[in-house]
Amino acid sequence: MTEPAHATPDRAASAGHGEMVVSVRDAVKHFPITQGIVFQKTIGHVRAVDGVSFDLHRGETLGVVGESGCGKSTLSRVIMGLIPASSGSVNLLGDELVGMRERDLRKVRRNVQIIFQDPYASLDPRMTVGGIVGEPFRIHPDFAPRGDRRGKVQELLEVVGLNPEHINRYPHQFSGGQRQRIGIARALALRPQIIVCDEPVSALDVSVQAQVVNLLERLQEEFDLSYIFVAHDLSVVRHISDRIAVMYLGKIVEIGDETQIYEHPTHPYTQALLSAVPVPDPALRGRREQIVLTGDVPSPANPPSGCRFRTRCFKAQDICAEKEPALVSRDGSVQPSACHFAKELDVIHATR
Amino acid sequence: MSELATAATAGHTERSGSLWADAWRELYRNPVFVVASVVVLIVMSWAVFPTLWTSTGTDGGTCELVDSRLGPSSEHIFGTTFQGCDMYSHVINGARPSIIIAVLVTLATTLIGVALGVIAGFYGGWLDTVLSRITDVFLGLPFLLGALVFLALLGEQNIWTVSAVLVVLSWPPITRIMRGSVIQVKALDYVEAARALGASNMSIIFRHILPNSIAPVIVLATLYLGGFVSAEATLTFLGVGLQIPEISWGITVAQGQDYAIAGYPHLLIFPCAALIITVLAFIVMGDAMRDALDPRGR
Amino acid sequence: MGRYVLRRLLQFIPVLLGTMFLLHYLQTVSIQINGNPITALFGDRQPPPQTLAAITTAFGLDDPCLQQTGNPCLGMFLDRMSGYTQGDFGVDFNRQPITRLIADAAPVTVRLTIIAVLFESLVGILAGVVAGIRKNGFADNFIRLSTTLVISVPVFVLGVLVQIGSGLYVGVWLRDNGAPEWLSAAFSVTYQTDHPWASLLVPGVVLGAFSLGFIARLTRTSLIETLRADYVRTARAKGLSRRRVVGIHALRNSLIPVVTYIGIDLGALMGGALVTEGIFNIPGVGGLVFGSVAAGETPVIIAVVTMLTLVFLLASLLVDVLYAVLDPRIRYE
Repeated sequence: MTEPAHATPDRAASAGHGEMVVSVRDAVKHFPITQGIVFQKTIGHVRAVDGVSFDLHRGETLGVVGESGCGKSTLSRVIMGLIPASSGSVNLLGDELVGMRERDLRKVRRNVQIIFQDPYASLDPRMTVGGIVGEPFRIHPDFAPRGDRRGKVQELLEVVGLNPEHINRYPHQFSGGQRQRIGIARALALRPQIIVCDEPVSALDVSVQAQVVNLLERLQEEFDLSYIFVAHDLSVVRHISDRIAVMYLGKIVEIGDETQIYEHPTHPYTQALLSAVPVPDPALRGRREQIVLTGDVPSPANPPSGCRFRTRCFKAQDICAEKEPALVSRDGSVQPSACHFAKELDVIHATR
Repeated sequence: MSELATAATAGHTERSGSLWADAWRELYRNPVFVVASVVVLIVMSWAVFPTLWTSTGTDGGTCELVDSRLGPSSEHIFGTTFQGCDMYSHVINGARPSIIIAVLVTLATTLIGVALGVIAGFYGGWLDTVLSRITDVFLGLPFLLGALVFLALLGEQNIWTVSAVLVVLSWPPITRIMRGSVIQVKALDYVEAARALGASNMSIIFRHILPNSIAPVIVLATLYLGGFVSAEATLTFLGVGLQIPEISWGITVAQGQDYAIAGYPHLLIFPCAALIITVLAFIVMGDAMRDALDPRGR
Repeated sequence: MGRYVLRRLLQFIPVLLGTMFLLHYLQTVSIQINGNPITALFGDRQPPPQTLAAITTAFGLDDPCLQQTGNPCLGMFLDRMSGYTQGDFGVDFNRQPITRLIADAAPVTVRLTIIAVLFESLVGILAGVVAGIRKNGFADNFIRLSTTLVISVPVFVLGVLVQIGSGLYVGVWLRDNGAPEWLSAAFSVTYQTDHPWASLLVPGVVLGAFSLGFIARLTRTSLIETLRADYVRTARAKGLSRRRVVGIHALRNSLIPVVTYIGIDLGALMGGALVTEGIFNIPGVGGLVFGSVAAGETPVIIAVVTMLTLVFLLASLLVDVLYAVLDPRIRYE
C-alpha cells in the first residue's frame, strides 16, 4: 500500500474540485470468525476491507464498483462510522472517526448520510412519510423547531419530486422509485455534506433508475454534495461518477477518472468487468474480445498470497503469487493500478 | 409517472405497511372474531360487575343444604350445587378469579418477556448468552408439573401466589419469540438509517424495534389469556390452586365430579360450559389475530 | 453434524443443572419459610422431639442452612446431585425408595402415553392432511373448527365429562348388553389391573385430545406451505399424480415439524397425564404426584418431578438432534 494519496489529490484538484471532505488511509475492517463448542475462539478473520485509501473532495462523486462480496458495502459503513474500522484512519471533515466514542460519532454522523439499496427495507413500514422524513429533526431538535417541521418536511418532499400532500401516507402506498425518493429526502434533511449511496438504484426498474440518478445529480448541484456511489452496475457508475475505484476482495485494484477507467483500463480485473458490459450495437456483437473470468471469488477469510486476483487472472505469473502489487502508477498505466503487468487493453470497443 | 407501474411489478411482498390498520379492518369484518370478542366482553363483565348479572351478591348467595343438587328450575335456572348454592350465581362469580389471574399474568409475562427479549436481541453478546441460558432453564420445567410443584411447596394458595407461579413459568416463550423478532428487525435498513441519523439506542428501540417486532407477542398474549384461564381452573381442580371459600369454576367442577357420576350431570355441565366457552373465545380471538397479522398461515 | 450434536450436548448440561437447582432451591426456600415438612406430616399428634429429629435426619433435612431463609444450601444440592448420579432419589415417608415407587408406576404411565401419542399422531396427521389438501373446503373448515374446540377444552374438563359419558352411560349399557369383558373395561370409570391396556384406552384418548388439535393444525399449515414449494410444482409438472406428489414429496417434508412437535410436546403430555391419572384413578407416575401433593410429601414431589424433568429434557435433546439429522439446514446456525 504505497502512496495512492500522491496521485489522487493532484488529479482531483485538476478536475476543479474543492477541499477534501473524506480522507481514508489504510482502512481495515476484519470480522472475526469464531468457532468453538463451549468457548468461542477466533480462528480467523474475514478481511472485508483490507487496507483501502482514497480521498473525496467537495462536490465530487466517487464511484465504487466490484462484485458482490468485495467489501463495497462494508467500506461505505466504515466511512459513516456505522461499523468501526479495525485499523487505519477515516477522516471526515477534519474529524478522525477511528477510535471515536459512540456518543461523539452520533454528532459527527449528521454530516454524512446514507441511501440504501432496498427501498422496501429502508423505510419503517409503521411510520408515515412525514414521520420518516421528519425523524432527523426529531433526533436533532436544534435543527428545526417543532413548529417548523411539517413545513420543512414538505419542502424536502418537493425537492425530491414528491407531492408534499402525501405527507400522511405510508411507505407501502408508494412505488419503489418513490420510496427511494423518500429515502433521499430523509438523507437530505440534516443538510449533510456527504452522501453514501449504497447501490441506490440496483433494486429499481431500469426506467426508474435513470430518474433517480438524475435526481441525485440535480441535488448534488443544488446542495454542493459529495457522493460515494457504490454499485455493481458499471454503466450507472460511469454516468454519475467523476472518479471510479474498482474493488476486489477488500482492496482497491484500480482508481482513476472516468476516461481512465472506462477508456483506458489497465488492471486485468477492470478489463474483465468492462468486457462483460453488453455491446449496444447488434451488428458488432461478438466482435469484441471478451474476458471471461474463470473460477469463483476466493474466500475473503483466506485470500490468495501476493496479488489477490491472480487465481482468476489471465496474466498471472510467478511473481504475482510472491509479491503483492502496490496501487501505483506504472509505465503501462497513468492511473494507480495494483497490477505488476498493468497495461492498457481496449475491451469496451468492438471493432470490425 | 412510470414509477407507479413498478409498484405493482416490484417482486417484494407487501408486508406490514399500516399492518395494524389492515389487520384491524380485517378483524372487525370477521364475524368469528366479533362473536368471540362479544363473548369475552360478557365474561369480563361477569368478573368486573357480577351484580349486573346476579342478585345473590359476590359470595354466591345463601346456600341451603336442603336445596342440595336440585335440577334446573325457575328459581335456580342452572339448578343448585351440592351445598345447595345457586349454580347460576357460582358460574357468574367464578369468572372473577379466572379473569383477574389471566389478565394479571398475561400483562406481567408480556412486560417481562418483551423487556428481556429486547435486551437479549438488541444488545446481544454475553447478556444474550446469559439470558438465553436462564430462559432455557425455565423452559426445562414442564408447565403444569412446574406449577404444581411450585404451588404445593409454597403452601400458600390464593390469587396472588397462583398468578406469581404462572408468571414465573410462562415468561420464557415470550422472551424467546421477542428475541427472535428483535434480531430480525434489528438487521433492517431503516434501523441503520436511524443510527446514521444519530438516533440513540433507546430511541431506536422505542421508535422502530418495538412497533415492528411486537406483533407475534400480541398474538401469543391473546392465546395466553385463554391458556391461563384454563391453567387456573386446572390447578384449582387439582387442589393446588384457589381454595374454598373462594368461588372458582375449578372448585365447582371438582366438587360436582363425584355427584355427577351419581346422576346429577348439571353439577358439571354448567361450570364446564362456562369454562370452555371462555377459553374458546380467547383462543378464537388469538387465532383470528394471528391470521390477520400473519397471512401466511391461511 | 458431530460438532452440532456435541455443542447441543454441552449446552444441555448447564440447563440440566440449572433446572435441577431451581427445583432444589424451591424446596429449601419452602422449608425455610414453612418449617420442617415432617412436622406438618404428623399434624396434631406430634411425636417426641427425638423421634422427629431422627426422621428429619433420615430424610437429610437436618442441614442447618434450612434455618437460614434465602440460603441456597449448595452443600445439600451437591449431595443431592451425587445421589442422583448413583440412582438415589431418596425415600418417601414410609421409607420406600422413590425409585421403586416410580418403577412401579412408570409402566402404567408409559402405556397411557403410548396410547395418547398413537391416537394424537394418527388422527391428528390424518385430519391435517385431509384439511391441507383441500384448503378452504368443507373438510378443512370442519377440521379447523373442531380442532379449535378441542384445544379450548381443558384436559380435566374433558376428563370428567368423558368419564361420566363413557363410564356411566356407554359402560353400563355395554355391560347390560353382554359385551365382552375387555370392552366394558375400556369404558369403565376407573383403571382395572386385569385389563392394563383396554382400561387405559379412554384416558389415553382424553390425554391425546389436546395435542391432537395442534398436530392437525401444524400438519395442515406445513402441508399447505410445502404444496406451494417449487419442487412440488415441478413434480406436478413432470406429470406425477397428485396422490404421489402429496404422499411422497410433500408429506415427507411437511412432517418434519410435526415429528418435532410430538417430541417437544412430551412436557404437556406429562402435565396432562397427571390430570388424567388423577381423574381416572390410574396408579401411574401422575397418580403418584397427585397422591404426594395431597399428602404433603415434599421429598416425593421433588424427586418425581426431577425425574420427569430429566426425561423431558432428554427428550427435547433427542428431538433437537433428530431434527438436525432430518433437516441439514439446522446445523449451520
